[in-house]
Amino acid sequence: MTAKVEVRNVVKSFEDKIVLQDVDLAVACHEVVCLIGSSGSGKSTLLKCINLLISIDAGQIFLDGEEITGPSVNANSVRKKMGIVFQAFNLFPHMTVLDNITLSPTKVHGESKAEANDNARVLLEQFGLLDKIDEYPDRLSGGQQQRVAVVRSLATRPDLMLFDEVTSALDPELVAEVLGVIRGLKEDGMTMIIATHEMGFARDVADQVCFLDQGIILERGAPTQIFSEPQQPRTQQFLQRIVDAGRL
Amino acid sequence: MWPNRERSRLQQEEGARGALIAAFSTIALIGLLLWWVLSSETWPAVQKQFFNPTNFREVWPDVLSGFWLDIRMFLAAEVLILAFALVLAMIRSLRGPAFFPLRMLVILFIDLVRGIPIILLILVLGFGIPALQLTGVPKDPLFWGVATLVISYSAYTAEIYRAGIESVHESQRMAARSLGLGQVQSLRYVLVPQAIRNVIPALLNGFISLQKDVALVFVLGVREGVREAQIYNARTFNYTGYIAATVLFLAVSVPVARFTDWYTERDRRRKQAVGSG
Repeated sequence: MTAKVEVRNVVKSFEDKIVLQDVDLAVACHEVVCLIGSSGSGKSTLLKCINLLISIDAGQIFLDGEEITGPSVNANSVRKKMGIVFQAFNLFPHMTVLDNITLSPTKVHGESKAEANDNARVLLEQFGLLDKIDEYPDRLSGGQQQRVAVVRSLATRPDLMLFDEVTSALDPELVAEVLGVIRGLKEDGMTMIIATHEMGFARDVADQVCFLDQGIILERGAPTQIFSEPQQPRTQQFLQRIVDAGRL
Repeated sequence: MWPNRERSRLQQEEGARGALIAAFSTIALIGLLLWWVLSSETWPAVQKQFFNPTNFREVWPDVLSGFWLDIRMFLAAEVLILAFALVLAMIRSLRGPAFFPLRMLVILFIDLVRGIPIILLILVLGFGIPALQLTGVPKDPLFWGVATLVISYSAYTAEIYRAGIESVHESQRMAARSLGLGQVQSLRYVLVPQAIRNVIPALLNGFISLQKDVALVFVLGVREGVREAQIYNARTFNYTGYIAATVLFLAVSVPVARFTDWYTERDRRRKQAVGSG
């Protein structure tokens, strides 16, 4: 079976700093992959490369068996098939929650306004946000904003979701509501790649955990293996620091 | 509670006394200046040349109708400028090698136009193009006067818009693109609406400037307010017509300037409120 996403020998550097070196990653359908590692290890860059928000220097990325990093690929049509949620929510501040959600369905996916509105309502209801439908983003808490951002992505009916440290900008008591949403998506069978600092969450939700260090996937495996018996000294060191900080 | 109430009562009293002092010193200063001007030896001559009621009544209807043309030119030009400049700014904000020639063209246009004195542009386009006698090309100096203002001001206004677009955080563009929106769609629905909000004070300043600069088309012989005043001056050797035109221009530009300040201040406060909330 072809992988949902396959990353082959991807290299990316900014100016003279190498951010990704020779990264390989395969994600099967309905699989949840968590990317862990310290800040600057390349987790976010990898996600943005898959979403074509950042162009790669070398290597290939495939989506459903088709290369998406070729020169003639239309980035917009690739992005139609996947959603990404960012650390800083990035909601559009001049639009209501409803308009944020229906923008892409109506302008990109050709849905009628009524259809998009109905779908937005269903999703907002499902995520307990229906009463916020006419609010502007700055009237919402961080957790609510991030859930709206997830809904905005889901409204485009993606079958791959990328999460870029989506709880890192949240107050601690708001983290759970967002992680709960992602757990729900796993139950629905969504394929996901999640960059996260929430190790407990990664252990629970991931099918595969990748530890990135200086642009290399240094170690990968089932969560039990990575968290209980890490092989690489760098992985051991990283997890030890997390444990010392009381975060695992 | 009472010390608070006492304090606010004292503050109110202090405020009232402050306003009284401000009013008094303002009136005193203006009175002093008036007295100084009116009592000077040259005042009668100045009054006769510049502030002559008889001349004022005589010239007022012509200057007023000329000024009405200024206002109409201003409004027509402003609408076109706001639209054309936005197109220029959007083209300049497009990324990727495919748009390179378009971007270069816009940059060249903006650099050239901004580098030429506006009066020179008016002379070249306003006299030069009609002189070519091209069929199908308007010869009306009014048309070319307004067209030149649109060309010149669009270059400046495009730069204001561009600054606004660049002031919107990169993450907004990323979010828009990640949802599958194309470059133009991202600009139209996400970046430009936020950009315009950020540059409204700068755009209003441009309004004030243009509202005065429309008078420059008088060099083409267009009978707008300043031209009418000049004609009257040439006929009577009296400058009161210029004062009449001055009064009219001030009557429009000062309120717009006050509004701009008020709007900018309100905008600043609102941003602070959001920032701290």
